[in-house]
Amino acid sequence: MEAILSSFLTKYNYWVFIGLVMIGMYALIAKRNLVKKIIGMNIFQTAVILFYVSIGAKQGSTIPILDSGHGHDAHHAVQAIDYINPLPHVLMLTAIVVSVATLGVALALAIKVHQQYGTLEEDEIAAQIDKP
Amino acid sequence: MIWPVDLIIMLLVMVSGIGAIMVRDLLGAAVLFGVYSFLMCLLYAIMGAVDVAFTEASVGAGVSSVFFVAAVFRTSRRTKD
Amino acid sequence: MRFIALITILLMGGLLFYGLPDFPDWGDPASPASTHVSPYYIEHGAADTHAPNIVTAVLADYRGYDTMFETAVIFSAGLACFFLLRTFRQKSAETKLYRHIPTGVTLRIEKGGKTPAGSEEFEPIDSHWVPYDMIINMTCRLIVPFVQLFALYVIAHGHYSPGGGFQGGVIFGAAIILFAISHDLRSVFRRLQEKTAILLSAAGVLIYAGTGVLCLILGGNFLDYSRLAGLLGVDAVMARSHGILIVEIGVGLAVMAVMVMLYYNLSSAGRHDEGL
Repeated sequence: MEAILSSFLTKYNYWVFIGLVMIGMYALIAKRNLVKKIIGMNIFQTAVILFYVSIGAKQGSTIPILDSGHGHDAHHAVQAIDYINPLPHVLMLTAIVVSVATLGVALALAIKVHQQYGTLEEDEIAAQIDKP
Repeated sequence: MIWPVDLIIMLLVMVSGIGAIMVRDLLGAAVLFGVYSFLMCLLYAIMGAVDVAFTEASVGAGVSSVFFVAAVFRTSRRTKD
Repeated sequence: MRFIALITILLMGGLLFYGLPDFPDWGDPASPASTHVSPYYIEHGAADTHAPNIVTAVLADYRGYDTMFETAVIFSAGLACFFLLRTFRQKSAETKLYRHIPTGVTLRIEKGGKTPAGSEEFEPIDSHWVPYDMIINMTCRLIVPFVQLFALYVIAHGHYSPGGGFQGGVIFGAAIILFAISHDLRSVFRRLQEKTAILLSAAGVLIYAGTGVLCLILGGNFLDYSRLAGLLGVDAVMARSHGILIVEIGVGLAVMAVMVMLYYNLSSAGRHDEGL
């Protein structure tokens, strides 16, 4: 019990990550509306981004913008322990912008489906495909 | 990281995420998704990822919501689940 | 369906909970992600590239390939949306609608009637009831230049503060989208045509890749900006700083144009009439 509690206290970001992944996956599988599915996909993406950002965090460090760099006398050495790991931030920054581009394509496909079938519900689309 | 603020925001993230997929109106879902993105942005900012938070605020809460509203306007607001 | 989904997500959640003890603790400085390559970036980033914001330095310099192809992905997403939705067939309406701008009166002209095309006081509209609000129009018109200025600041100041090409490009695109929402799509097309937007997005990717090829021609590796030192007239470290700025401008152009293209196509379902 104590082990579970301590693991909860040190890792509660990951609990939120797992919860959001489950919400996103549920929307992707169970929801029949295409826009709801797209929202689920986006929730899944942000959950993964939260996971990466949590991995990069460091206790007692500051944001990854150097203090000494603003002047020209940047001669005292920079300690890696003082700054949060910038690598996950870089990867996730590009991932967010790519996610909005994929969101645009997904919504374009949804609009195209609506032009063809007049509905966004999957079961109604399937019924229209089966009918003729 | 200040844990009460953190815990409240995480709770709100979960609530708005569940709300975005549960509400039976696509325009409401789009707005709730915008709320979700903005709370996510606050979470990144608390964890020190300022660049990611800035991107999420401008992309997730700004442009994504506009795209959702535009797509819902061009299709239909109706949803069965 | 709902039952299968519940079982699947419970299984997946259970697996993730099972793996939870193996994740590094939150905020652990000795976690594997923080021990191998990132200390080098933090300790040498400013000395190598003269950019205090390490995220910008890693984004555009150390991992330049990554960012270049991300930009290419965004560009191809814009093109995919264009090819999916764009229709060039104009349906010729029976009746045409015009609005008298000073009074807000809508004019309905039957087929064969004389249209006030070319007049300054009338503008063509698509639906009978188009809300026209002078306060919203003027407020957005006043705000847009400042938003654009802020976007340029974000791009140019990415070395020293949070920001860079992606954020600045998105904010610049959002300014144009704000103008499109407050007016209509036609008045945006008069300022930024669709063709211009496509050319700008291609130009952004081209600036990025062209910088890399220029470094290659000057005898370095692909995207090794220190080779631009002779061309820019500065030392190697400042050349890398300037190289970061050049590719950030390319990224900003591409992202701005793609956001605007996506909005054009999504808001009018590819017809490019009036929009929202």
